[in-house]
Amino acid sequence: MSHGKARENWGTRVGLVLAMAGNAVGLGNFLRFPAQAAQNGGGAFLIPYLVSFVLMGIPLLWVEWAIGRYGGQFGHHSTPGMFDRMGRGRWLKYVGVFGIFTNLTVAAYYCYIESWTLAYVWHSLIGTFARTEPTVFFPAYLGMHERSLFAVPAEAAFWFILTLSLNVFILSRGLAKGIELAAKIGMPLLILFGIVLAIRGLTLSTGDPKVVESPLTGLNFVWNPNLDGLKNPSTWLAAAGQIFFTLSVGMGSIHCYAAYVDSKKDIALNAASAGWMNEFVEVVLGGSILIPIATAYLGLAAVQGATAGGSGFGLGFMTLPTLFNNWGWFAPLAGAMWFGLLFFAGITSSLAMGQPVMAFLQDERGYSRGSSAIVFGITTLLLGGFCVWLYPGGSFDEFDYWTGTFSLVVFALLESIIFAYIFGMKRGWDEITRGADMNVPRVFRYVIQFVTPLFLLAIFIGSVFKPKADWGGAFHSLVTRGWWELAPDSVVGKLLHIGQDGYRWFDDHGYGTRELVVDLTRALLTLLFVGIAWMVWRAWRGRTKEAAA
Amino acid sequence: MTRAAWIMMLISWAVITFFTAKFFFMVLRTPPRED
Repeated sequence: MSHGKARENWGTRVGLVLAMAGNAVGLGNFLRFPAQAAQNGGGAFLIPYLVSFVLMGIPLLWVEWAIGRYGGQFGHHSTPGMFDRMGRGRWLKYVGVFGIFTNLTVAAYYCYIESWTLAYVWHSLIGTFARTEPTVFFPAYLGMHERSLFAVPAEAAFWFILTLSLNVFILSRGLAKGIELAAKIGMPLLILFGIVLAIRGLTLSTGDPKVVESPLTGLNFVWNPNLDGLKNPSTWLAAAGQIFFTLSVGMGSIHCYAAYVDSKKDIALNAASAGWMNEFVEVVLGGSILIPIATAYLGLAAVQGATAGGSGFGLGFMTLPTLFNNWGWFAPLAGAMWFGLLFFAGITSSLAMGQPVMAFLQDERGYSRGSSAIVFGITTLLLGGFCVWLYPGGSFDEFDYWTGTFSLVVFALLESIIFAYIFGMKRGWDEITRGADMNVPRVFRYVIQFVTPLFLLAIFIGSVFKPKADWGGAFHSLVTRGWWELAPDSVVGKLLHIGQDGYRWFDDHGYGTRELVVDLTRALLTLLFVGIAWMVWRAWRGRTKEAAA
Repeated sequence: MTRAAWIMMLISWAVITFFTAKFFFMVLRTPPRED
């Protein structure tokens, strides 16, 4: 236990807020948000988006900060210990397993994407994309050759190890000298790069070389309100989902950072500031770069096609580097700024994933800061290596779905119920408002108790039973046929392999199939979750023995 | 851009920028509490 050790603290309040904002600001702010907005009603998407932010996002931020600061008082900086203190049930600490499992597994594939951005900064600066099309470069970089389900892409592995080493180095320096310093450097640079690129992109005109359409057409695509979308439950689910993932709630990383805040100091204002800062980066900057620039050079129709799945990933990594080539001497710098911006967004988030894992090892297993950072690095390398190795086979998507999407929803739903109904709303409200430097409107007490859990329940049910058609069609089918057809990417659909013909592990030539990779990945994730739960059980058993002695 | 798109964008930007600035300045200007 850490009671006897010198307690680590944040160096400054601004550093804490920037670190929390950096935790929330991620690649999705720039790649996912604009595509989601454009595909779900344009400007009208912002109505359910902001409603979800106020009724689910902000309350969840307050809940997680409060749980974190409360657990920190008892020397717990990771969720198993925090949840153990929230009630009498022995099972509560196992809910906290999600807060370790999710961070460890998401870090594994997130650091891999982060490493792509670092590699792309390098390749932008040395002019690779002036010679090679990113559409050719990207698959080769990832080792996506035909029949190469088990290929090991050497360059991708190199950048991954480099990125991971950088994360471990920063984490080993501690909160104030490591994470906080990284946030103080990374966040202002990220915002600066974002402003420069947004201004350059939005001032393109049809008179410029190779510009085929005004970037304002792209902005119009993102913002033109389609109010009919407000009647569609899918739009509301998409907006709530975007808020959920953009704020990094349901992970355990906010709890961990907040656990290092003194019990008498503010969390309400800090949480609100970090949350709104994330919204600024996402809505004002994130909505003004990718789609306007892509529209200017490719035309609106191509951009509409590229964002049809609700992701701007392809545009960000495969299209934008080519488009920057039209900017003359500024092209390498623009590429470095774009991928540098994504890198800073990524690393400030991955550091937040490392700290809870380290805190668990330090608090509950007696590790030092340095050794826990190395254990985090090695575990992430092994898990991430699995992702790198089997990326073409779909392991990456499995990691993203089960750990980066579904686990978050489950954990957030459970924590919102535990906070309001087991910890108790009176204690919870006292915890949120103690030392607050802002007036927290009392209505949020009832929002946290009733509305936020319902929002999360809707997202949970929406992901478990996601229909093949849209939700309007699903409800109609429920009334007329008593059921609806599930989508292959619903939780049930994935578990039952709905929509997959000829499920098998090896093809006619004896090569491993995608199904083999998917099942191997699921087995690995299940084992990992059980393994962490076992570590929690052992830690608490050891503590009980100590207390008895 | 259509007028509706301009209105949606400017209102959203204004609301978000206002609260971001307001809370961040409150963080900067509120002196740390003494224990």
